[in-house]
Amino acid sequence: MNGVSGKKSAASRIGHLFVVIVILTFLLLPLLVTFLFSISTVWDHTILPKGYSFDSYAALFSDDRFLLALGRSFLVASVTVVLSLIVMVPTIFIVSLYVPKLERWLQSVVLMPFAVPGVVAAVGLIKLYSSPPFAISGTIWILIGVYFIIILPFVYQSTRNSLRSVNAAELMEAAEVLGADKPAAFAQVILPNIMPGIIAASLLSFSIVFGEFVLANMLVGGSYEVVQVYLYHMLGTDGHRSSATIVTFFLLVLILYVLVLKFGQRKPRTAVTSDAKEGNPFELRPDSKRVEKF
Amino acid sequence: MAGRSTSRHKIMLLLLVPFFLWIFAFLLLPAIMMLISSFQNEGGQGFTLGQYVKGLTHPLYTAAIKNSVILSLVSALVGLAVAAIGAYSFTTFSEKARDRMLSLSNMMTNFAGVPLAFGFMALLGTNGMLTLLFKQLGLSFLVFDLYSWKGLAWVYIYFQIPVALLIVYPSLYAIKEEWKESASLLGASAAQFWLRIGVPVLLPALVGTFSVLFANAMGAYATAYALVTNNFNLLSIQIGGLVAGDVFPRVELGSAMAVILFVILVIALWINEKMLRLARKGGGLP
Repeated sequence: MNGVSGKKSAASRIGHLFVVIVILTFLLLPLLVTFLFSISTVWDHTILPKGYSFDSYAALFSDDRFLLALGRSFLVASVTVVLSLIVMVPTIFIVSLYVPKLERWLQSVVLMPFAVPGVVAAVGLIKLYSSPPFAISGTIWILIGVYFIIILPFVYQSTRNSLRSVNAAELMEAAEVLGADKPAAFAQVILPNIMPGIIAASLLSFSIVFGEFVLANMLVGGSYEVVQVYLYHMLGTDGHRSSATIVTFFLLVLILYVLVLKFGQRKPRTAVTSDAKEGNPFELRPDSKRVEKF
Repeated sequence: MAGRSTSRHKIMLLLLVPFFLWIFAFLLLPAIMMLISSFQNEGGQGFTLGQYVKGLTHPLYTAAIKNSVILSLVSALVGLAVAAIGAYSFTTFSEKARDRMLSLSNMMTNFAGVPLAFGFMALLGTNGMLTLLFKQLGLSFLVFDLYSWKGLAWVYIYFQIPVALLIVYPSLYAIKEEWKESASLLGASAAQFWLRIGVPVLLPALVGTFSVLFANAMGAYATAYALVTNNFNLLSIQIGGLVAGDVFPRVELGSAMAVILFVILVIALWINEKMLRLARKGGGLP
């Protein structure tokens, strides 16, 4: 930053500031208007609302249909995440340490959900699961089944990175030399060390499941109404409840997002630092989320 | 000793079984069923290419494919252009400000689907805030119908921008200030720098991002569906209607259309893969 570029950047800085303000305003505007709608009393043909109150939220949180939908979303998301961790953490651990031949294959399978949009995934699932012998379409089970697949990339990346950054192979070796068998070493040495990464992945997965609409609507719809489907049904009929639902949903995402950042950046507790400066090729951030939910 | 280690190995492989079963039940088998179904007659019998023929020749469905491709190309192109300019502006700020702006933009990737449709209705719908504001200010020429193609394009561009920023930011960050200084010392103008150095270096990353955005828009369903249910003739909307619509479902045709969409996406993502490889190779350009 010498004198020449300093003078030049004084003029261009205003330009860059302008660009950033325009883009961020554009991105925030729909959310801000939604918030304004949720705290308005009447807002139908004036530029700004006629009055403000929190009545929408009071109405929303005394609406049994909404509370039930919220409860269902929490249930689906929690069960999916817990099952995913129970199945995937040991799988990733075993494959990366003891069956490296499967690693490449596992990686490509796990990334597949990125290439398959919800509307395509729904087709085969409807075909397979809407008639006997496995008629689980319209129930919570099909949602858990398919959400497990959708969150695979996030659970995989985060677990794999944590294992790598705590140097799991060396840790296992050390624990075994000290007399622990493999299950004990995994449970008492590896697991506590990769916990921050696993928690971050869980929170991110939770928010993905919570915000998913396409599969919830196509596979289950009204017969097991989750929050996003409730919102869709309110959209045309009740602007106040819709907007209050959206703001509530976004607050939840915000909280999860902050927590993900917090856990994602936490350093592992292990003293093993031999390749700590190498860094993760795909560090988990809430933004590693992509595409499939639109 | 050897016996013990092989039995340990067996137990380990046994622990992988739930994962394989899950992949089989909810990824592999549904995909196979969709593929089989796409080659069947209506009613799920026999073998025919008829569904593909219909999907690729019937005016309704060819229009849907065309509409989806155009909307995706336009939204990806505009979204990428806005994001590239924005990302470059981001890089000129301090690290702290940069992180905040990126976090904010990344947060907004969550504002998609049904919530996004509501936000745009409240903003630009018939009685939306901006619609009324424009009318009152006598700027009626700025008012447009949200439920038209133009309106849908705005919504698509909106949800492309944060995704594009996310992907394209790292490569713009790699453009070194020293390159610009050296270029300007050698007498190049800013425009020349971008034309001769900046854009060529970034090209693989830009093309890669473009294909991801294209795929993103091709597969998008929720926003258009939430805006006007099944009234936009898009490929994804057609698939949804054929498979889970209120009228009697035609799963076989829906399956064929889904396979067609999937193939388009695979091609787009394959291009991305190629470009990423090219970008990595060209990473050391002077």
